[in-house]
Formats: sequence, structure tokens, C-alpha cells
Amino acid sequence: MKVVVIGNGMVGYKFCEKLIAKKLPDLELIVFGEEQYPAYDRVHLSDFFNGKGVDDLTLAPASWYAENNIKLHLCDPVLYIRNSIKLLQTYKGYVMHYDILVMATGSAAFVPNIDGIDKRGVFLYRTIEDLHLIQSYAKKVKRGAVIGGGLLGLEAAKALLDLGIKNPDVIEFAPRLMPRQLDESGSKILSNTLTNIGLNIHTNKNTAKISGKENVTGMQFTDGTSLSTDMIVISAGIKPRGELAVECGLETGINGGIVVNNFMQTSDENIYAIGECALYNEMTYGLIAPGYEMADVTVNEICRIHAKSNIRTKEFTGFDMSTKLKLVGTDVASFGDPFAQGDTVRNIVLKDTSKGIYKRINVTADGKHLLGGVLIGDTTQYNILLQTCKNKLILPPHPEDLILPARDVKKEEGAGIVALPDDALICSCESVDKAAICSAVINQGCETIDDIKKCTKAGTGCGGCLPMVKDLMVYTMKQQGKYVRNVLCEHFNYSRQELFDLVKLHDLRTYNQVLDNLGKGDGCEICKPAISSILASLWNEMVLVKGNDTSQDSNDRFLANIQKGGTYSVVPRIPGGEITPEKLIVIGQVAQKYGLYTKITGGQRIDLFGAHVSDLPSIWSELIAAGFESGHAYGKALRTVKSCVGSTWCRFGLQDSVSFAIQIEERYRGLRAPHKFKSAVSGCIRECAEAQSKDFGIIATEKGWNLYVCGNGGSKPQHAHLLATDIDSDTCIKYIDRFLMFYIRTADTLTRTATWLNKMEGGINYLRNVVVNDSLGMAEQWEQEMQALVNAYQCEWKVAIETPEIRKRFNHFINAPEEKDPTVKFDALREQKKAANWK
Amino acid sequence: MLKEPKIFEQNAHWILACKAEDVVENGGVCVKYGEHQIAIFYFTRRNEWYATQNECPHKKQMALSRGMIGTKNDEPKVACPFHKKTFSLATGKCLSGDECSINTYPIKEENGNVYICVDSLPLT
Repeated sequence: MKVVVIGNGMVGYKFCEKLIAKKLPDLELIVFGEEQYPAYDRVHLSDFFNGKGVDDLTLAPASWYAENNIKLHLCDPVLYIRNSIKLLQTYKGYVMHYDILVMATGSAAFVPNIDGIDKRGVFLYRTIEDLHLIQSYAKKVKRGAVIGGGLLGLEAAKALLDLGIKNPDVIEFAPRLMPRQLDESGSKILSNTLTNIGLNIHTNKNTAKISGKENVTGMQFTDGTSLSTDMIVISAGIKPRGELAVECGLETGINGGIVVNNFMQTSDENIYAIGECALYNEMTYGLIAPGYEMADVTVNEICRIHAKSNIRTKEFTGFDMSTKLKLVGTDVASFGDPFAQGDTVRNIVLKDTSKGIYKRINVTADGKHLLGGVLIGDTTQYNILLQTCKNKLILPPHPEDLILPARDVKKEEGAGIVALPDDALICSCESVDKAAICSAVINQGCETIDDIKKCTKAGTGCGGCLPMVKDLMVYTMKQQGKYVRNVLCEHFNYSRQELFDLVKLHDLRTYNQVLDNLGKGDGCEICKPAISSILASLWNEMVLVKGNDTSQDSNDRFLANIQKGGTYSVVPRIPGGEITPEKLIVIGQVAQKYGLYTKITGGQRIDLFGAHVSDLPSIWSELIAAGFESGHAYGKALRTVKSCVGSTWCRFGLQDSVSFAIQIEERYRGLRAPHKFKSAVSGCIRECAEAQSKDFGIIATEKGWNLYVCGNGGSKPQHAHLLATDIDSDTCIKYIDRFLMFYIRTADTLTRTATWLNKMEGGINYLRNVVVNDSLGMAEQWEQEMQALVNAYQCEWKVAIETPEIRKRFNHFINAPEEKDPTVKFDALREQKKAANWK
Repeated sequence: MLKEPKIFEQNAHWILACKAEDVVENGGVCVKYGEHQIAIFYFTRRNEWYATQNECPHKKQMALSRGMIGTKNDEPKVACPFHKKTFSLATGKCLSGDECSINTYPIKEENGNVYICVDSLPLT
């Protein structure tokens, strides 16, 4: 049986995946795609501008198709279909017979007929190709505009922001943004939020003309107003790709969609259409979940035809268009009938203009059922509202409670999911219902999200349902009498804090001792690094001795950070970012000698990349001989103490920030903690060292120092809190000692100080009481413990190169220690090199 | 070709891979066999030996021998240092929910020597 698929988009790919899983004998599957890349994730297209590459977005590499015996022809659009003789011809000249043809041709951007639309600087927002073009053009210009204020248009505007276009304009024809999903008040709130993050929103604007000679210089509107801009991105909706269908005489709709029945069959029974090109019940579906559902129905059809059966087991009956989205700077969701109103409907609205929150639910007049609604700014209740709406659950006596902000977190736990019926669809991408998830917990013993994913495939698509899956799992486990507590892993029935105290109490020194005394089984990649970190925080012994080497996380085991390709990076400590010309020269010489790529890090030091594991000891011998020591960039330990130049040179400087930064860095160097931690010292309130984004940061005042704690950069930036003001250097160090010891003792594994504080009852006031006012009476003990750790410091790399048993572990081949890994490959880049891409 | 041919003396179908004392306790090392790379693990706590391919199938990195080993419900496993995908040392199956798997090879330790059986691999 020969099945030919036209189109290699997300739905076309899903169809292949689902069909292959059926393992039909004698199936020949051929795919034609017109783009040059195999199917990629169009839903997350704007991630492309956040640094994701084509590879990250690709759903499956070309090799996947080959492994599954699928013939994939890219860059080869189908030119015409002769359905009377079941034949098609492609651009590259293939003439091919088919038994079943599946059209997954998707849609194209709708291009409005505007005067001047063909000028340079006008782009579509649809394919990776479009993004490449936008990206290179945006580099050359300052201003940009987007036509279309719908979902995709706002995505496009965010993309322009990310590309450095300041205040891009968004032009919407309708009187409000996202007219299909949001009501007027909701749109207004959204407009405010978007204006605050730098978008210029124009609604009620109809573009009459795009002006400029060859290049775009502006646009004119039908109301007589105009706007200057250097580039325009069009995102004004989609148009189904039905031209092939029209040409061969299949029935199509006004918008070009290919008419299908409940089984995705077109007017020719041997041709199916799925995804955005299909027109079902006079409706096209532009979302991913219905597309996947259509793919599933068609796969069932093919199995039926293959088995020469007349019994149909699955049909498409329309699909809920509810949607939740992470938009620019805010979350937006809309479900059921978002606009329902009138005599038979009760509308409940919660609006907070300063927080940018808008929630509307539409309830039947008797208050019993939920009809639909809109959520902006806070979509945490989306899943439960959607389920309540879809399953027609009876509402509680005060339905307004459904959208009130949750104040008591404990009460929220599990609430709502209990009431869901067993067939409530939890994961719409993979069609997994509540019963399947509960059954995975009860009958298959799943106790982690990974288990559930593996067992049911829930959450493996867009991932939006994962919080609900987790709630369901935890709830079901509790129902089963399984004790859900914060334990490390299957080998230790304790939390990190409990283990820390027990290891100390029993004076345990190695991972194996800890496992034998406090755990069971043979350990894993979760408890090994966690226990190793506890041991290091308690005793500060060299991490690679006493058989502890193989219980370290991989980077700690080789005292370097593993990088793409399997080589390592080397970061010598440069305290406070201060370095002599002589030492700079040594770094340069070492990099030259061992062929390393050099880069200045964000923490004011120099990273040397591309070192073979067997070169690490020699590299470090040379660095140590020149007076360097390990920078612990590989450990969950102190990284750097960044500094500005301070009062020694700066005309504004109040204190000598560099000297203090060096003092701090040398005090806490090598100190291991539940997670990495960073610091900085600024010489005045201009804050050039960015101390308020660090785990602890110090800013000079006229009288001394202000100490800030629990800040964080990274993925969830958080400003540090002021802990103490105008303190002298000794007090400052005392407070940091106490703060760090408190953190090390009580934080969960892999928890940064910011998250630790966020979870702490009483927050910064409680922390200040403990650290400054010594409310726990631990201050003296903690200061002594810290001093003991400081005294025990030794440079790990010095120990490693001077200890033959440790040094000999640094090789790739145990039976050919002098040989390097021949699979390591580099590519040239700007007079240096980079790791070759993932294969 | 091999620089130390003595280490690779053919002994029926078993290849002498290395000395037991050279393998790190509760961890892995990598053995070069022609163009192939074999990861050898000495699970000292269980007194068990395992041999697998050194390449992690996820991103095709020669790194499994540097991974942490452990157990999941008593099944021995290794975690790749790159993205912590875990594989059964006994069956080669991926334990963290992926389709990919790794090759495993018979291995034995006798009189302080470690032998692997790599009949399935051509010596290149």
C-alpha cells in the first residue's frame, strides 16, 4: 500500500509518526515538502529569535525518516494531481502513483492587497526562511511595524523587540487586539501591558498604502494619518493552501480550504486532507491540537483500508478552540465561548488595571454551568476552568471564587481536579484523559512526571498541561496512601536539610558511608551530587579523594566544565576581576599552546574552551606555576565576586570596592553550597558591578557598606533585598558568614538563594532576624564553622596535579592514555574555533 | 591502528580490555578497540562489571564512560554527563523516556584482567 503525504509541517509529521507506530506490513510512505527543512515546530517560531536554532525547532531530523523507512523529499513541491488515475507529479519531475493521498499542505500567510506591498522591507511571518530575512534586514534599520494584532502579529512584534527594534508599531484593522479571542475590556488591559513593554498599539487602522521608493519608508492609513517605518511584517491571518485541490477538481470552500467529512476524506475518497488546509463544517482549524486529532483520524482510516474493513472506529467531530498562550510579557487564555452575554448569561469580571489582570467568566443565568471566558495576566486557573466548561461540571455556589486570586496556597492543592470526570481530556495534544493518568499512577506505579510521560505520552506535546498532570499525580498518590514528601530520590528517604544534619551528626565522610548508613540501594545521578555537595559543605575535603570522585557530578569529577563535543573549559580564578599584565600573557600563552578558544566571561574572568581531558593536568600545571588557582566554575560553589574599579581610580567611588571584592572572593573561594552562588561589590550607588543581581551583593556608602542578599540574574531575574545598611567590613563579613551557613544548612538541593528566600516563611524579615539579630542563637557557631571551612581551603587543581592517583584519571582511553578522543571536531570561527555542531 | 597491541591479545572470543585495577571504583572508563570506543563500568558496590558503547545516542557524544552510575529500582544504569539521559547498563534501554538505546557487550573479570566480548563489532 502506497501512502503519499503532501506537506511536511507539524501535522504532516505527526501523521507520519502515528502511522509508523501502527507498524503496518507492506506500507510505503512517501512525503513531499516544499521547504528545505524537515518539519519544525512552528508554534514556537519566535524562539528562533531568543537564540534557538533550526535544530532546536526541528521535530525530527532527516535521519528519523530514513530510520523509519519514510522517503522524505524536501524542496520538492507537488505540481499537480491526476486523481482519476491516482497519479501526481512534482517540481523535480517525479511522477508517482498513490493508493492513498494525504494533503497536509497547511496554510500561507494572508497577504492583503495594499498598494506598495511589493517594496523592499515588507516581510511575512510564517517560515524559518521569513525569519532569516527579517533578522538580517532588522540589523540595518531602526523602526519596524507589524500589520495584524492577532496572536501571530503580537508574536511578530515581540520578535522585532528581541531583534533590537525599539517600540515597534502594531497595526490592527479591528477596534481591538486579538479580536477573535478577547472582549473589549480584555483587549484594553492587554494593550496597556504591551504598551508598557514598548509596543505602540494602533487599532481601527486600515492600511491604504505603503510608501517609499524602493525601500519602505512609511505607511498611510485610510483615516488620513500616516506613520514612518523602515520595515513591515505582515501577519494578517492565514489562508489555507488548497490550490492543488482546486486544480484537480476537489471540492473547496470560499477561503480555499479543502472540504472534508468526519473522516477527513475529501470529495475524492482516496484523498484525505488534514491540518490547516482542511475545511470541516465550514471551519478551518489553525491550532495544533485539532490538527493532531485529524492526523489520528486519518491514520485510523488508513488502518481500516489496509485491513479491508468497513468498520470506522474514529471520527472528527470538531474541536474546542480554547487556547492558552504566553504572549509578550503576559499570559492570555480564552476558552469555550469567551463572548457569551445576554439575558441567559451571567458575566463575572475581575479587573486589576495596575497589575494588568483581567478575568471574565460567562456562567449560565442559574449559576450552574460555565460557558466560557477570558484570562489575561494570570492564567493559572485556565486548565481547571477549561475542564469545568468542557465537562459541564456543576459550579460551586459562588462561581466568582473560581477567578479570585488564590491566597491560601495549601487550600488550592488538588482542589478542582477531584471533581473532574474520568474522561476529562487533560493533554489535548496526545489525547490523554484523567483516567489514563490516574491509572498510570495506580496500576503502573508511576511516581514522577517522567514516568507519566513515558507511560501515557501526556505532556510530551506543548507541555501546557504538565502542572495539572503533576497535581493529578500527587493527588492520586495521596489517595493511594503513598506518602508524598520532599525526599531526595529513591535511595534516600530524607530531605536535603535532614541529610545535612544526619551526615554531620554521624560524622560521615564518604558517599558510600552515607549511603550505607542513611540510604538504601546503590545511588543514582540525583543523590550522588547532592550528598557530595553536603560532604563538601561540611568538611571541605578535596572532592576527588576517599573514593568520592565517582559520586561527584561529572564536571566536579574532572574539575572542569564539559562542553559540546566532549572537551572541557578551564576557568582560572581572577579575584575581583583584577589581573596583572604578566598573568594575562600567561593565559594567552597557555591558550595558544593548547589551541584553546578564549572568551571573557560575564563574571570578569577568562574562559578557555576546547581542552582535551588529557591536557587538563598540564594546562593547570602551567597556570598554577604562574600563580593561578582553580576558579571552581565547574562546582556548585562560589563563582566570582565581580567589582567595579572603586575609589582607587573612579572619581565617584566611595570605598575601595576591588580590594573588598578580592577579600570576599578569597574568603569564600571553593565553598560548596546547594547551588552555585555569585557576588559583587560596587564602589558607589551607580552600581556598576550589578551587586543587586547577585546571591549577595555589597554597595559602598559614605559610612561603609550596604549588604543585599538573595538576588538572581539568569532565567528568572530577581532583585536582591537589602539586609543591612552602613556596616563596616568586619560586620559585613560576619553577616555573610551567617547568611551562607544558614543557606547551606537549610536549602533544598539545587536551589539558588533567591528561590530559597521565596519559599521561606516570613521572607526577608525573618532572614534579617536570623542573620542580623541572631534570633536562632546560631550566629557564633556558624561563624566558627565558616572559619573552619575557610581554613581548610586548598586549590583542588594543585592537589590533583600533585597526586599521581588522581592525575592519571585524566585521560580519554584507559588503554591508550596518550591518545585523544578522535571524534572531537572543531570548526573555525573568527580566527578562533568552536565546537562542531551536534550530529 | 593500536599503539599497544599487547593489551589486545585475542583470547578466543574475549578481548583483554584493561587491568581491573585501572578501572575507577563505582564508575567508568573508556577502552579503545580499533576505531570503536567501549565504556567499561565497575559497579564496585554490587561487584558487577558492565560494558556498553561509549557514545550517548541522544546527541552522539563520546561521554557515557564519564557518567555517574547508579540504580533505578535495582536496575543498574548510567547517566550521560551532557543531558542526564539514563540508560540501563544491563539491557541498554533508555530509562528516561526516550526511544533511543545503547549497545551492551559481555564482560568478565579474571585474575585482575578485564575481558570484553565484542564479536558484534568489526575490528576496523
